[in-house]
Amino acid sequence: MQWETVIGLEIHAQLSTQSKIFSASATTFGAEPNTQASLVDLGMPGTLPVLNAEAVRMACQFGLAIDAEIPERNIFARKNYFYPDLPKGYQTSQMDHPIVGKGFLDITLEDGTVKRIGITRAHLEEDAGKSLHEDFHGMSGIDLNRAGTPLLEIVSEPDIRSAKEAVAYVKAIHALVRYLGICDGNMAEGSLRCDCNVSVRPKGQAEFGTRAEIKNVNSFRFIEKAINFEVQRQIELIEDGGKVVQETRLYDPNKDQTRSMRSKEEANDYRYFPCPDLLPVVIERSFLDELRAGLPELPPQKRERFESQFGLSSYDASVLSASRELADYFEVVEKTCGDAKLSANWVMGELSSLLNKDGLEIEQSPVSAEQLGGMILRIKDNTISGKIAKMVFEALAAGEGASADEIIEKKGLKQVTDSGAIEAMLDEVLAANAEQVEQYRASDEAKRGKMFGFFVGQAMKASKGKANPGQVNELLKKKLEG
Amino acid sequence: MHQLTLAEIARALADKQFSSAELTQSLLARINQLDPQLNSFITVTEELALEQAKAADARRAAGENSPLLGAPIAHKDLFCTNGVLTSCGSKILTGFKAPYDATVVEKLKAAGTVTLGKLNMDEFAMGSANESSHYGPVKNPWDLTRVPGGSSGGSAAAVAARLLPAATGTDTGGSIRQPAALTNLTGIKPTYGRVSRWGMIAYASSLDQGGPLARTAEDCALLLGAMAGFDAKDSTSVDQPVDDYLAALAQPLAGLRIGLPKEYFGTGLDARIGEKVMAVVEELKKLGATVRDISLPNMQHAIPAYYVIAPAEASSNLSRFDGVRFGYRCENPKDLQDLYKRTRGEGFGAEVKRRIMVGTYALSAGYYDAYYIKAQQIRRLIKNDFVAAFKEVDVILGPTTPNLAWKLGEKNADPVSAYLEDIYTITANLAGIPGLSMPAGFIDGLPVGVQLLGNYFEEGRLLNVAHQYQQVSDWHKHAPKGF
Repeated sequence: MQWETVIGLEIHAQLSTQSKIFSASATTFGAEPNTQASLVDLGMPGTLPVLNAEAVRMACQFGLAIDAEIPERNIFARKNYFYPDLPKGYQTSQMDHPIVGKGFLDITLEDGTVKRIGITRAHLEEDAGKSLHEDFHGMSGIDLNRAGTPLLEIVSEPDIRSAKEAVAYVKAIHALVRYLGICDGNMAEGSLRCDCNVSVRPKGQAEFGTRAEIKNVNSFRFIEKAINFEVQRQIELIEDGGKVVQETRLYDPNKDQTRSMRSKEEANDYRYFPCPDLLPVVIERSFLDELRAGLPELPPQKRERFESQFGLSSYDASVLSASRELADYFEVVEKTCGDAKLSANWVMGELSSLLNKDGLEIEQSPVSAEQLGGMILRIKDNTISGKIAKMVFEALAAGEGASADEIIEKKGLKQVTDSGAIEAMLDEVLAANAEQVEQYRASDEAKRGKMFGFFVGQAMKASKGKANPGQVNELLKKKLEG
Repeated sequence: MHQLTLAEIARALADKQFSSAELTQSLLARINQLDPQLNSFITVTEELALEQAKAADARRAAGENSPLLGAPIAHKDLFCTNGVLTSCGSKILTGFKAPYDATVVEKLKAAGTVTLGKLNMDEFAMGSANESSHYGPVKNPWDLTRVPGGSSGGSAAAVAARLLPAATGTDTGGSIRQPAALTNLTGIKPTYGRVSRWGMIAYASSLDQGGPLARTAEDCALLLGAMAGFDAKDSTSVDQPVDDYLAALAQPLAGLRIGLPKEYFGTGLDARIGEKVMAVVEELKKLGATVRDISLPNMQHAIPAYYVIAPAEASSNLSRFDGVRFGYRCENPKDLQDLYKRTRGEGFGAEVKRRIMVGTYALSAGYYDAYYIKAQQIRRLIKNDFVAAFKEVDVILGPTTPNLAWKLGEKNADPVSAYLEDIYTITANLAGIPGLSMPAGFIDGLPVGVQLLGNYFEEGRLLNVAHQYQQVSDWHKHAPKGF
């Protein structure tokens, strides 16, 4: 049977506010346990929450960026359950009246097609603390530093049809929140976490299958692997005559499998009700107008502009607009050298493999955008060939010079374009390979074609790569035919 | 000295008739001597009080002369006080010393008051008799075999017995007004949002309001003026200037429009109380008030609505008492479930458990719409009744309670009969309007209270009416025998 996968994602994005959503404590990651927990975060009796206006602003920016309805009033609700790292015995969240309503996000798939993913809602809530189970001799430690950190929970429609689409969607959300500057997107530190709702159904069937929710997957790779495992598990289960049960599952990256955490029957009744300590939040139209006017250029617009302004392919444009930092880098390179195609090739090629190799972010690139642009300029004006450029690039990366020009100068990499000098060099090469020259001249056209490359190689070697390749080709041909 | 009101103490301290330290000494001695009969204090902060009194005397010597400087008060034991036990009348807060002061505590401290201690109360403010306290029941100084009302029963008993001139209380369904009525005091529950709830341990957040209990309206005005005001730490606090309540007291009552809701005088009301209330109305007419009958048709639904909303909020508010971070923790918990179950099972009393269960049920999937949402709709209707009524009248008047103070233990077997004692007071909490209770006479030696309800932020008007009545009556001056 042909199966179709249906995926909906809940992404928790930690908003990069200075202080917590309902208290004045700092939100810095990695502080000593419980040093960033105030009376409010500790759930001390008598304490009350005060909403952080910055969190509201950030959530609204997100809403505007996904073309969502932003209702005039949103209401905080309490989600009640007991857990030691949930100090108040409830999480302040939003239920019936979230801050952001229906919106959408367009994602670019690997084949370059664009798919629209519906976003059901996004709501504000506070994070819980952490339970620490090591080093407490059979007891558990509680760290409430994270308790009260503002989260934006972004809930997608079940519009996603494969693990790859899911990853593309999470990447697009990741890029968007970073473009907006509302979340640092650091998945390793838990700033962006993802719950994946996965179900399968026979292809062509209208109703959804029973879904399982995989909780807290925290890397793009794990999202893909967890979904793929879960899809396979469900298909095999059904094909073996079993039934998928609605449950919460956990993904174990070490074993690359998901396992059951709790079934629907064991699920809590959260007894949501409006939080009586907080008033409904009123969002004024004028506030939204102001925010809209201040929004940065977002990935979809940037992608379109890269295509129309620079003539880039839609794939290149979407890769280069995927993060604000990468896009900014590319634009500086382009501005410096004036050649968008070459800039795109270098940024997506040499630069990106260099960064990948060293596990660096674009902001940490050892080669600055100005340096790269300056180097491309020298390719364009024939000072160096593409091949020499790779050497220059490596030297720049190694910090051997402040600019391409300095390195070219220092290492004497300037391309030789003096035809007299090239001819003299070629004469030497041909003389040293007299036997091959004989053979060449005796051969037919097809064979000659193959042998020609040998002479070019020798010539470039003799010039240490510096001879202008076009001139070498042209002059070599003349001499051999001549 | 102990017979003096706050206002009289202010004048005496200003005239240097005695010092705050002398007054404090004398009241502390009185508490030590008399409170064992009443059990109104959970904690007496003797040393702290003397320190504060001396500091107040020093401030006065330095030229300061604010009216509450050196005035002794005490707090209901749900206002957090830095470094002093705050128990909420519950075993579950055993040993809990808050590391901070409630805004009300802070404001009264800044005004120069001297805090004598923390006052007994129904556990988590749940009760109308002050019998649910882990620290034992409080007795009514007018008859030691009777309850003082609740939940601010310790505050009421202590002030009525002249152990101190005034105290703070809180009112979620009548917990200031009902004990005030049962002990011959004046007490006011302000408009919701008038007094900060920061540091006031929550029972039902959307209903809770702090306020004063004292012997006169003037003293309530004095104290409320210092307690009220916007607080950025409480999102439900209202950013509106505080009226000059003392200045409002003197306004003549000529032209005052009083409404008598027929629902407040129907079945269930002790007829003798009804007569006392009407006698007050007659006096107010003499002072120039006009009286008309009005109707608050949705009042009959108030008790069921209240006993859904308040327990629902309480079930959530009280979740933080889990033995993990503060207060009582059961011995040797086996695991997490055991820790929760035994800590809460052993730490909470029967009435608190009852309300947590009712509230949990009301919020449960499948029941939420039928109970919680329905109760909120009733709440809206009750509010609308008041909004309509206050277009016609300035003040609504009626009995504070349907019955006199009852015998200790009398209603223990039937909690609903105790819930019904709140029938006249809870509507003000549901609507968020201010309400005041003042002495209206005695029946068989037991005090009767009359209640005044006002429009939003009309505390000044209520205090004014009560004060004017107290100029022509002396019920409020009667002291219980032996105190």
